[in-house]
Amino acid sequence: MKNYSYFPGCSAEATASPLGLSVLPVAKELDMDLIELEDWNCCGSSPYGSVDKLEAACIAARNLALAEKTGLDLVTPCSNCFVTLHGANVYLKEYPTLKEQVSEALAMASLDYKGRVRVRHLVEVLYSDITPEVIRAKVTKSLKRLRVASYYGCQLVRPDGFDDPESPHSLDELVASLGADVVSWQLKAHCCGSSLVMPEQEVALELINKLLRNAQENGAQCLVTPCPLCQINLDAYQSQVNRRFKTKYNLPVLFLTQLVGVALGIKPDALGLSRNIVSPMRVLAPYL
Amino acid sequence: MADVSFIDEVCSIPGGGAIRSCIQCGMCTGSCPTASRWDYPPRQAIAMVRAGLRDELLSSNSMWFCASCYTCTVRCPRDIKPTDIMHALEVLAIRNGLSTKRNRTPVMYQCFVDSAKGNGRVYELGMMLKFFLRTNPFAALKLAPVGLGLLLHRRLPLKPSRIKEIGELKAILNKAKALGGAK
Repeated sequence: MKNYSYFPGCSAEATASPLGLSVLPVAKELDMDLIELEDWNCCGSSPYGSVDKLEAACIAARNLALAEKTGLDLVTPCSNCFVTLHGANVYLKEYPTLKEQVSEALAMASLDYKGRVRVRHLVEVLYSDITPEVIRAKVTKSLKRLRVASYYGCQLVRPDGFDDPESPHSLDELVASLGADVVSWQLKAHCCGSSLVMPEQEVALELINKLLRNAQENGAQCLVTPCPLCQINLDAYQSQVNRRFKTKYNLPVLFLTQLVGVALGIKPDALGLSRNIVSPMRVLAPYL
Repeated sequence: MADVSFIDEVCSIPGGGAIRSCIQCGMCTGSCPTASRWDYPPRQAIAMVRAGLRDELLSSNSMWFCASCYTCTVRCPRDIKPTDIMHALEVLAIRNGLSTKRNRTPVMYQCFVDSAKGNGRVYELGMMLKFFLRTNPFAALKLAPVGLGLLLHRRLPLKPSRIKEIGELKAILNKAKALGGAK
């Protein structure tokens, strides 16, 4: 059994609840003990760092300080939480004045952060610690003939990811370990528009349309991604794309842990499959 | 009017440094998925910092179209991290009240921050409603099907989730405010 401190992130409790739900049973099957970080708070995400750098570093650092007490690696399934917490960690090392100010603020809550926490993305842990080979050995329902396009998005692999920043392969290997056919497509690490989907919907819809078109043209029956923002954009906004561009996409977009869960024989309810907006039940039927 | 201290101001924000190493190659603009929407695309925005065109740039829509995809950052041959520079410009635009009404992104960011501060966790539904009320309530109607879809699929809880030690978090953030921003 491998132990980790677990940071679900706010979305995993709400708009990305299929992610929050599916991570736990999958971790259990893979002998990972994800111990939820006690009283974690929002990582601050990209918006906070664009409004106030010091407060953003502080809100992230409270989590890092709490995680340091556990002595475990801090693992998050959310790409945005990963970039934010990892980025705060880097900034606190690179900017001594910022570190001093953050320490002063954390002291108000009797907290202290020495800079020893390793922030990791769940996909990296699945790839490096658990490994695709071990996952392959635990598959009970091989996803044979299911054509899956792995969508990395941005913040899993950039700026400091563990994989190639523009031509990554880790998700493809994880998907292949489930027995599925990995679709080769060009835009697998291109941007979906992330949170611009709210203030600048037109820009995001164009990007989402390009991604869905590229995945579909290359034969994908579904997409798989680890990122809450990517999943919501491609899944919940797919109907908006169809309306805007007169397209007829009907491409399910699964969280990686949902797909892994299906292959490990975990029940659909425990994986939140009914919570996906574009239903994945038709393409997954042969494997359930 | 050129403001020669603008570049120092940008460099003083964590992440804003290294801008002096820019060679204006344009890799950032060529890599940016939203560049066509920017008043001044990334390469030009960086040139404007160096030329001291402070108010023109900080009141533009440019940096608010950065989706933080970090493609420019991993491609920049001078390692200047344009994404971080755009975030520094956003901080300066907000700090100086220079962002104009046509930029909706800073309003959304502020709603996000208020939500994170208020409960210690972001309450997505509340944040979305506040954003649309403050910008364009009619846009919310257009997006109603998306919201309804999330709601019906149990992905939009009606109640916020709050951390236990919210007082602790507020004490930390109040102290940060008292310290007067990152140096």
